[in-house]
Amino acid sequence: MKLIKSIVRPNKVDDVKDALARLNISGMTVTEVRGHGKQKGHTAIYRGKEYNVSLLPKMEIEIVVPDSIADEAIKAIVQAARTGEIGDGRVFVLPVLESYRIRTGEKES
Amino acid sequence: MNQADTAWMLIATALVLLMTPALAFFYGGLVRSKNALNTMMMSYISLGFVGIAWALLGYSLALAPGSNWLGDTSMALLNGVGLAETGAVVPLTIPHALYMAFQATFCIITAALISGAIVERMRFSAYLVFITLWSLVVYAPMAHWVWGGGWLADMGAWDFAGGTVVHVNAGAAAFVAALVVGKRTDYGGTSILPHNVPTVLLGAGLLWFGWFGFNAGSALAASPIAGLAFVTTMLAPAATLVVWTFLDILRSGKPTAVGAATAIVVGLVAITPAAGFISPMSAIALGAIAAVPSYLTLIIRAKTSLDDSLDVVAAHGVGGTVGALLTGVFADMSLNGLFNGALYGNPNQVLIQGAAVLTAIVYSGGMSFILLKVIGLVIPLRASVSDEGTGLDITQHGEEAYLHTGGASSQVHGA
Repeated sequence: MKLIKSIVRPNKVDDVKDALARLNISGMTVTEVRGHGKQKGHTAIYRGKEYNVSLLPKMEIEIVVPDSIADEAIKAIVQAARTGEIGDGRVFVLPVLESYRIRTGEKES
Repeated sequence: MNQADTAWMLIATALVLLMTPALAFFYGGLVRSKNALNTMMMSYISLGFVGIAWALLGYSLALAPGSNWLGDTSMALLNGVGLAETGAVVPLTIPHALYMAFQATFCIITAALISGAIVERMRFSAYLVFITLWSLVVYAPMAHWVWGGGWLADMGAWDFAGGTVVHVNAGAAAFVAALVVGKRTDYGGTSILPHNVPTVLLGAGLLWFGWFGFNAGSALAASPIAGLAFVTTMLAPAATLVVWTFLDILRSGKPTAVGAATAIVVGLVAITPAAGFISPMSAIALGAIAAVPSYLTLIIRAKTSLDDSLDVVAAHGVGGTVGALLTGVFADMSLNGLFNGALYGNPNQVLIQGAAVLTAIVYSGGMSFILLKVIGLVIPLRASVSDEGTGLDITQHGEEAYLHTGGASSQVHGA
């Protein structure tokens, strides 16, 4: 099992969700996050003072998938979330040791 | 000069001015958080630009004597608009300058209403130019026709507080603006949900409060008619809210909060042309009837590709039309002292009201189309696709509505 953590533009979440749904991956956790990579942020002006807002709003999408479809899922996410501009985000892939379903307590594989 | 009248009109003017910030909260809550400030600014900015345009020229074009078709420039730059009674313009017992201010608040909110059709994608500069010119080219002539002794008034069309001048007018402009500016890039595909329903409810509540100034103030005196308009403004939206609640339950099993806020606005719009002309019981009937066409329009509109984002057409266009027509049904001369409607033996009045509505739709729709096309030659009407994706708060204003991470920013050195 793999945990795929994707940090994407907020307006790309629906596209990524649709792309994953086409692979029959339906479960996911989405979190509003802020951060930055190479993107510089933007200048905000409040009452005559200029601020550089370096942490920009992003969305983090977490999915857990069997190893066999991880590559396919990653490819789908990258394709759906890409605009080609700086600030498109990142995909991180982590191994998952174990997974339990809380309702039944059973261990999933 | 009458002190009671003056006191009431001072309050009424302040109440109507409050409706524009109220509209900002109503509209602002309905959009996504990345466009909250931009949407609210579209209302607030009207207080400045349209307010000034009105004082410099709009008031004179609308309410100076002029011809049957348009005022003139004799009162431009508020020439002759002083502390004495209005005199020839409309015989009132309040200072002329106060009457000008009262009328200004109407023009300001009418222009701001249009923004609901084009939020989340229109370029702010183009919008600003559009509403400022629109207030002079579309609103002022229409106000003259109905309230400035123009041809619609001569024809016998009655509009107590602006069902046609304000709401049908804004609704027609909104329809055209949604069409010309085009739909949001992600319209139809993704879920576009209101980001803050509590501010929608706050806005609707404050609109109702301000609307007492709008309608009861349109009596232009502290008179029994002002009292009548106040009562009808309380009862009609109440009836709309009740019917709307049942429609919501019929359709989805649950009464919705956004639905309740919408119902209040629809009821207020519908009673506007009739407020000082019909009985309180007729107002209940009018408000109840008005719920249905607007409710249906909302449902049908959502299935089309017309991205009238915040449903200005359904609430103001359709609500205003229904109100104007029903004014011609319920008007009671024993109360208003001016004219009867169909229920009191004057069926012809409905046709006259219909003609005025049709005129507003054709004129406002046509002129708004031309205006947008001309502005589009100079300034692109839309924000760029990438700006639209990022959100208009950051890209148009350099601000964010909700910035929780204080540590995320640093002051630019030397600024």
